[in-house]
Formats: sequence, structure tokens, C-alpha cells
Amino acid sequence: MAQTVFLEAINQAIQEEMRRDESVFILGEDIRRAIYGATADLLSEFGEKRVLDTPLSEEGFFGAAIGASLVGMRPVVETLTSFMWVAMDQLISQAAKMRYMFGGQATLPVVFRASMFYGAGSAAHHSDRSYPMFMNMPGIKIIVPSNPADMKGLLKTAIRDDDPTIVFEDGTLFGMRGEVPDNADLPGEELLVPFGEAKVFREGTDCTIVAIGGAVNHAIATADQLAAEGISVEVIDPRTLVPFDKQTVLESVEKTGRLVIADPAHKVCSAASEIASIVAEEGFWSLTAPIQKVASEQVHIPYTPSLEKHVYPDVPKITAAVKRTMEG
Amino acid sequence: MEIDRDTLLLMLRRMWMIRNFELKVMEVHSAGEFAGAAHPYIGEEAVAVGACAALEDTDYITGNHRSHGHPIAKGGRVDKAMAELYGRVDGYCKGKGGSMHLADYSIGILGESGILGSSVPVAVGAALAAHIRGDKFVSMAFFGDGASNQGALHESMNLASVWKLPVIFLCENNQYAVTTSYADTVAVDHVSDRASAYNMPGMLVDGQDAVAMYEATSAAVARARAGEGPTLIEGLTYRFEEHSLGLGRVARGAYRDEAEIAEWRKRDPLDILENTLISQGIATREECDAINAETVDEVEKATDFARNSPFPEPEDLFEDMWANPIPLP
Repeated sequence: MAQTVFLEAINQAIQEEMRRDESVFILGEDIRRAIYGATADLLSEFGEKRVLDTPLSEEGFFGAAIGASLVGMRPVVETLTSFMWVAMDQLISQAAKMRYMFGGQATLPVVFRASMFYGAGSAAHHSDRSYPMFMNMPGIKIIVPSNPADMKGLLKTAIRDDDPTIVFEDGTLFGMRGEVPDNADLPGEELLVPFGEAKVFREGTDCTIVAIGGAVNHAIATADQLAAEGISVEVIDPRTLVPFDKQTVLESVEKTGRLVIADPAHKVCSAASEIASIVAEEGFWSLTAPIQKVASEQVHIPYTPSLEKHVYPDVPKITAAVKRTMEG
Repeated sequence: MEIDRDTLLLMLRRMWMIRNFELKVMEVHSAGEFAGAAHPYIGEEAVAVGACAALEDTDYITGNHRSHGHPIAKGGRVDKAMAELYGRVDGYCKGKGGSMHLADYSIGILGESGILGSSVPVAVGAALAAHIRGDKFVSMAFFGDGASNQGALHESMNLASVWKLPVIFLCENNQYAVTTSYADTVAVDHVSDRASAYNMPGMLVDGQDAVAMYEATSAAVARARAGEGPTLIEGLTYRFEEHSLGLGRVARGAYRDEAEIAEWRKRDPLDILENTLISQGIATREECDAINAETVDEVEKATDFARNSPFPEPEDLFEDMWANPIPLP
């Protein structure tokens, strides 16, 4: 199995889908020269009509992608989470609502790939982890991959899916290396990860950690450290938040009786909040301790590293949360 | 420009269909037969009908809140439109869209947006698909003078011009954004003046004259199909009724004076088209009246159809969310 960098996995997914289906095209800012790396070499292979550099007009080109999807194209938009704010009307009023509002007439196979740059001194305007806001809005599928293999497999699934999808690409993982299976070794010779299937990274019996995006690696590190102390931790990555695989989480909590949720988004109305509420409603009698949310502090992202490092879930915070569930 | 008789009579029929549809909507809305806002298109019929007569069924349009005229102008079904206003299962959107969100994907009506300016980038996107695939269809975005101030419009016009997309920006300038006048909100004399900033032709057209609208739009469509890019057309028109049914009647005198309304009512687009047809010997008064009467009948049948259509069942609430359904949370 090949060791692949996260950004290369994105590139492979797009390249494979553009080869497979002529209706797939990509648009965004500075993608021809692949300023972030994910779109490297696409221009030379697929040409200017299918690899479009856009003006700084998110409302305009998000809407153009939506409109193209309505008439049979499969656009992939590259953007940053923080730039989605200026195009929210297109994402919400159009992408999310059109199908339902028009009684099922509209089909929108459009993918928005939104990079989440945080933890790198980018300050408040470039560090958004905004997936919970979109979870609140019906009509958009939401995926948050935590490693190169899932990144590739989920993005390919997203491009083939007939509904609007936002892929939240965690910038803290862009340089991560991981095993991505060679296509030749796979059934059907391609990597497709289904939506709505959580992945269990560590099996354990004492406490369940559900972790999102970049927090998954911290959760795995926490589990490995606590194993040395005799605490057996199960680590679950939901991989997709809409749809959300609640069964895997509820079954795990039934086994462990304890739940910690690690979520890089802001704490209030986070993905962690929703997962906590699902387990409180449907898994309450399995719990032997209060649910612990480890999410970002409810402040804006400060520029200086000396402050920013205190914002997000990390191994010490997740470890402390697991230990709180073990008290008493 | 030579316009064939069939096209002219079709335009007259569609204009009468809109007029009579809207009159019926006003009647049944005030009788309380359905809820919600509805924005009459009366007075503006020539804009949508003249513009859409220049399109094929395979071309696309998007519209806005004042939205009954656009689908009828493009050949949509008045029974399904009326049933949608009544919130019934046989409506265009099975009762989920209502007055401001009519759509008919079978004839290129991609849907209307209650958020103004918001459907314009969507129309640009349909044109982008034509550009990428080499298809010959065009798309047309209807918007008002109010929406011409939205950022989405400016981003769309620039994008469409840079990429030379086959799109027509069709501004229906009825001179008021609800109660706020054009002069108070737009810094140039005409919306069409803005075209030069996006390096595309801008055409100011008499929006009460369906033939003028048809001719201008035909030129823009030909330009788009030839790969020469977008055009901005401004149809100067006037809303004869209030902004929305059930809203603002008390405010009429406060923002438009009666003399102005009366002056514009003298330029009724139906009179203008009928006078053209009769004076040029294309149709007789009797033929024009017959078309009017036929559309009255058709609207009456559409209203019966709507009234007799059932409301959706409670379980329909959960239908049409996804093309590829996922479990409810």
C-alpha cells in the first residue's frame, strides 16, 4: 500500500473522477497553478474549460457551479471555509433549498471543497471550522475526512453523489502521510468510501471518543497513551456528519458507558453538541458518567501562537476529559 | 425585424394568460383561498413574454419573487402554477414552493428565487455548462431594478463577460424596489448603463412593447448562441398593482402618486400589442378578444383544477429533500 500525503489524496480523487466522467470540472481561485497543491497537474491534463480560475467572486462562481449542476454538470468548487461566508446566500438559499423547494425537480451534484486553515497563525479571518453551521441547515451533505485514504474515498463518493456536498478539508492534515490502497488492489479497482459509515480506529471498553477531522489523530494518540495506564479507549471517526452514523456511536457507548467528543469547531452548537444530544436522548441508560465535550473555546482565533494553542482540542484536553468520565 | 404571425399571436395569448391569471389570483387571494404573499405582474407582461418568445424550450430561465409571469411566458402550465399557489400536490412543486418558487424543469424553468439577485448566478451557471460542453442553449436571468444593486448581479455580469457565457441579463425595471424609487437607489440613469463596466452590450428597451422586447432579446440570443457572450437588457416598465397582495395598499399614495400610476396605465402592454396587430392587419379586434376570452376560460379551468387537487399528506413533508436519500436525524 502506498504512503500518500493528504493533499495528494485530494488530487488523486479529482483526477480519477475527471478522467472517468467528462461532466466533472473544477473551479476556484488560483487552482490552475495549484496554489494549495490539491489541483496540481489538472490544467495540463484536462484543459482550460474544465479547470477554471475564477475572479474573487464567491457568490458569483458558487452560484455558477450550482447552476451548472442543475443542467447535468458535476462541478467541484475549491474554496476556503472562511470564504464561504461571502457566498452563504448561494449555499443556503440555492444549493441547500432548491431541490425541496421545487418539489424534487432540481438535482444538484455539486461539491464544495472547503479548506479549514487553523492552528497555523492565520488569525480569525482564515481559521474557520464551520461545519456545525451547515449541519443546522437541511439539504447539504457534510464530510470531514481525517486521513488521506478517507479523504480520497469520500471525495470520490461526493463527486458521484447527486446532492450538494461540502467537504471540510482539515488544513492541519494537509501534510499527513497515510496508507492509501492502490486501485489495483481494490474491488472494482477504485477507492470509494460510503457516506454515513463511521470508522472505528481503536477498539476499547472503558470510554468512547468520537472525534472529528483533525481531532481524530489527537484522539488516537490519547487512546494509545491511556492504554499504557490501563484505560481502554475506543476511537470513532464519523467521517460524515450529514448523514451521521449514530448506530456505531450508540453501540460503542452501550459497551463503554462513557463518551468524550473531540471537535475542532467552536463549542456552542458544535458537531459535538449534536452528538452529545443524540446520545443523551437515545443512549442515556448506557451512560455511567456525564458526556464530555472537548471543542474549541468560544473565542475568535487569535493570531499569536501563544494564545492560539489554547483554543483547540488536543491530547492533554482529551486525556483530561476521558479521566473525568472515569472518576467516581 | 420580421416577426411571424404565429409568434405575435402566441405572445398576445401569453400576455393575456398572465393578465387573466393575475386578475384571478387577486380575486381568490382576497377571498382567502390561499395564504402567503403573491406579487402581481400586471403591467409588466410584455417584458417576460417578449423576452421568452425569443427563447426555445431547451433554453433556461431563472426568475424572482414577482414570478407568475416568467413561467407562463416560457410556456408553462397555468393549472400547475395555480395549484402551486393553492399549495396542492398537483402544483409545480407539490405545494412546497408556492407563489415565489415556481419551476418547470421540463421546459428550462430552473426556478425562481425569493431572495433577490440570488438566482442570477444560477443562470450564469447554466450558461457555463453550455460553454464547457459546447451546447447551443442560452440562459436568461430575470431580475428587477432593486436586485440590480445586489453584489450577485455584479459578480455574475463580470464572470459571464470574462468567460463569454451565453447568458442574457434581463432587468425588469419597474422603477420601485417595493416602495423605494429607482432614483433613490441606483447611481446611474439606467441599469443598462452598467453594461459598459462589464464590457457587454447594454440595451434600454420599452418594456411595455412586447415586439421591442422580442427584437432586443432575439439579438442578444443570437449573440449568445454565436459565442459572443452576454448582454444586459433593461425593459423599462411599471407595476400597475401593489408590490404584494395583502401588503402596502395603505402606502400607495406615500410612494407613487396617482397621476404617475394613471399615466403608466395608459401604456398598457396589451393595448400596445393589440393596436400593433390590428393596425398592421395581422389580427382583427375580434381575434384579439377571442384570445383574451380563451385565456379567461383556461385560467378558470386552472383554478378549478387547483381547488380540486388534494393537499399533500403529512408524510410528504419528508419527500424531495435528497436525490440520494439519507436517514432522518
